[in-house]
Amino acid sequence: MSGVRVLVGTRKGAFVLTSDGARKTWKVDGPHFPGWEMYHIKGSPVDPDRLYASQSSGWFGQVIQRSDDGGKSWNPVDNNFAYDGVPGTHMWYDGTPHPWEFKRVWHLEPSLTDRDTVFAGVEDAALFKSTDGGASWNELSGLRKHGSGAHWEPGAGGMCLHTIVLDPTNANRMFIAISAAGAFRTDDGGVTWTPINKGLRSAQIPDQDAEVGHCVHRIAMHASNPQRLYMQKHWDVMRSDDGGDNWHEVSGNLPTDFGFPIDVHAHEPETIYVVPITSDAHHFPPDGKLRVYRSRTGGNEWEALTNGLPQQDCYVNVLRDAMAVDTLDSCGIYFGTTGGQVYVSSDSGDNWTPIVHDLPAVLSVEVQTLS
Amino acid sequence: MSTRIIRVVLPSPLRALAHVGGEIALDVTGDVTLRTVLDAIEARHPMLRGTMRDHSTKQRRAFVRFFATERDLSHQSPDEPLPATVADGTEPLLVVGAMAGG
Repeated sequence: MSGVRVLVGTRKGAFVLTSDGARKTWKVDGPHFPGWEMYHIKGSPVDPDRLYASQSSGWFGQVIQRSDDGGKSWNPVDNNFAYDGVPGTHMWYDGTPHPWEFKRVWHLEPSLTDRDTVFAGVEDAALFKSTDGGASWNELSGLRKHGSGAHWEPGAGGMCLHTIVLDPTNANRMFIAISAAGAFRTDDGGVTWTPINKGLRSAQIPDQDAEVGHCVHRIAMHASNPQRLYMQKHWDVMRSDDGGDNWHEVSGNLPTDFGFPIDVHAHEPETIYVVPITSDAHHFPPDGKLRVYRSRTGGNEWEALTNGLPQQDCYVNVLRDAMAVDTLDSCGIYFGTTGGQVYVSSDSGDNWTPIVHDLPAVLSVEVQTLS
Repeated sequence: MSTRIIRVVLPSPLRALAHVGGEIALDVTGDVTLRTVLDAIEARHPMLRGTMRDHSTKQRRAFVRFFATERDLSHQSPDEPLPATVADGTEPLLVVGAMAGG
């Protein structure tokens, strides 16, 4: 019988939410690692019992946990994210050079083909790779050593590499995004990188269409068409039809085009989801109404999805890694809020119900579809 | 060189991480300093590497403190001898998460 396992990272621990394919009744397991910030937890597409989790704390730093039994038990693996060579400096908020310093792992992206291979996106921005299940990490330093690295600046949340998208048709191609440097692509397995920000315009930087410097919040892809990418930028929802070479805006009729997550329906490559947020200063939804917006046309034409979501006095945020989709026949959409709610829709977003109400602030949501 | 048994009390998040109970006892050979005690902790419990001090520079993490004999030893040289009562096992070295976070 099919079912789902939702992996929730919060400010104060991890939670595992499980249900059968109906997604009506849920078992809540946790907190795992209570008191620790769990930035991201994700399972291997090859072996769903292999999970990786980023655990961090202002006191005790970074830990990486691995589970080989679907989250029943965990073991710490290597937490030494050492930059390759002398890392030098990037730009600080005030425009002065600032030493590159490791702070935390924002995102873990397991390989599509090997359960022991996993990528880690870290702050200060860099990409690491492990090929031994997290027992050791090596930086793919061609990214940080791209000529623009010394000019990258942090966004409000830090200078983080938060998005890693793997191309299912080309093992050498992957996309990453950094706040606030922008999007980059490799076509040689991470040795060399190309900025892919043509078409982005950002009023917050002096050269609004600069090659780098944009605050990209999230990139999503549908496996059936890796040339098509969707992006939620700081402001603007964008689309590329040529693997990131060119972008055009598809914000259309959204009430605001600021936001963090963006995701694609499991079975409809043109159907995408965003959560509009009032502004960069007001990290809450417009008018106190929590609305997911869906486009069935790859952007531009959007509809508000509100059934089951609070439509008054709601001032939560939905962070960039806090939305996910399952692959059941009736596609499930999930998202978590900074108010501690995790919502599910088992009908592609038409109707929503909370799985949990009162978790710590949700940092990330991933879902595994289990057979 | 003589080997001494040193007592250490870890903060609860690190006890959970290392799967240990209250107090741990460690064999330390030679001088008993913060460096040699931390070396011994990390050798016994490798998952604690990087949680109290930096992997490469060995600099103490900002919000970790080391207390003993009602004194804060955090700012002393890592190679300075620890108090005699810690070195002879009369009292433990306390590893403490600093007051931060409200």
